[in-house]
Amino acid sequence: MSQDFAGLWVYLSTSPLLGLTSTLLAYQVAVWLFEKSGRTPLLNPMVVSVFMIVAFLMATGTPYRTYFDGAQFVHFLLGPATVALAVPLYNQLPILRRAWPVILLVVLVGALIAGGGAVLIAWVLGGSEKVMLSLAAKSVTTPIAMGIAERVGGIPSLTAVMVLLTGISGSMAGAWILDLARVRDQAARGLALGIAAHGIGTVRALQMSEKAGAFGGLAIGLTGLFTAVLVPLILGLLR
Amino acid sequence: MLPYITVLLLCQLAGEVLVRLSGLPLPGPVVGMVILFAGLVIRGRVPDGLEQTVKGIFANFALLFIPACVGVMVHLEVIAAEALPIALAVLGSTAATLVISGRLMQFLMRSKGGDTP
Repeated sequence: MSQDFAGLWVYLSTSPLLGLTSTLLAYQVAVWLFEKSGRTPLLNPMVVSVFMIVAFLMATGTPYRTYFDGAQFVHFLLGPATVALAVPLYNQLPILRRAWPVILLVVLVGALIAGGGAVLIAWVLGGSEKVMLSLAAKSVTTPIAMGIAERVGGIPSLTAVMVLLTGISGSMAGAWILDLARVRDQAARGLALGIAAHGIGTVRALQMSEKAGAFGGLAIGLTGLFTAVLVPLILGLLR
Repeated sequence: MLPYITVLLLCQLAGEVLVRLSGLPLPGPVVGMVILFAGLVIRGRVPDGLEQTVKGIFANFALLFIPACVGVMVHLEVIAAEALPIALAVLGSTAATLVISGRLMQFLMRSKGGDTP
């Protein structure tokens, strides 16, 4: 009997089915918990799902790569979902026409604070060089951030971790921080979330309003572009 | 729904091709977003089916980030070794960015005429 079970596990652990199913299952359990708790930001469904899956993978000794073989089917949909952000953006066309210089200026300032501020704090606290280089691009969507890290001598996979930690903190605390700072304008809330916390922040913005989501989506691309240009330039001046 | 998912994928494909050919420092999907945006501006409105499809995708957007986030477990050792600088750098700069860019945008939008509802 236990032999059968071991055989079954060997089969399941090599098939993409497990990674895919556990992702969907964990997410739905997390959403259920979130609703049951009266939507408390502490039980952010994405974060809770990640904890559940990591605990499951560690308990079963499953490597991340094996899990990702299945989960990549969900991961792949990030691409078309990013493209889809053009729709809420289009619905904000009148504001974009009027306010594009303001938007560019705010994204430039925000991108400098996001990257520069993180590196500065880590430097003051005695972070290692590899951590500091990986922090520089942390507010940028993962593919751009990894490209920047590669160019400046950081570690791309560690950068991806910083990007995700940033996204998670922006998603969990973003609404609260913006409330505290009395930022009520939906365009400003969305843009700030997109600059500070890329796609994960934009998901949070979309939950606030379509308008906030549109500006978040806009900020993902612009912050990525500015950071990709600025980080190698500034590091070149410092070295 | 299916035709509109195809449209999204086609835009992404065009974005990827454009990035590869031009060497732009942007991911393909972001360029795909710009292409779809340009298409919508030319067309002058969002087709109902596309609006519905996009709503469906956005309803579960958070799900799509889970596989990447689980990857944090691979780097737990580095994170544990420098937990304090990493945590404060991430939290501090994220909070500062949110407050400063949010306030600046709100201020500039209001001073530009204040007609945001």
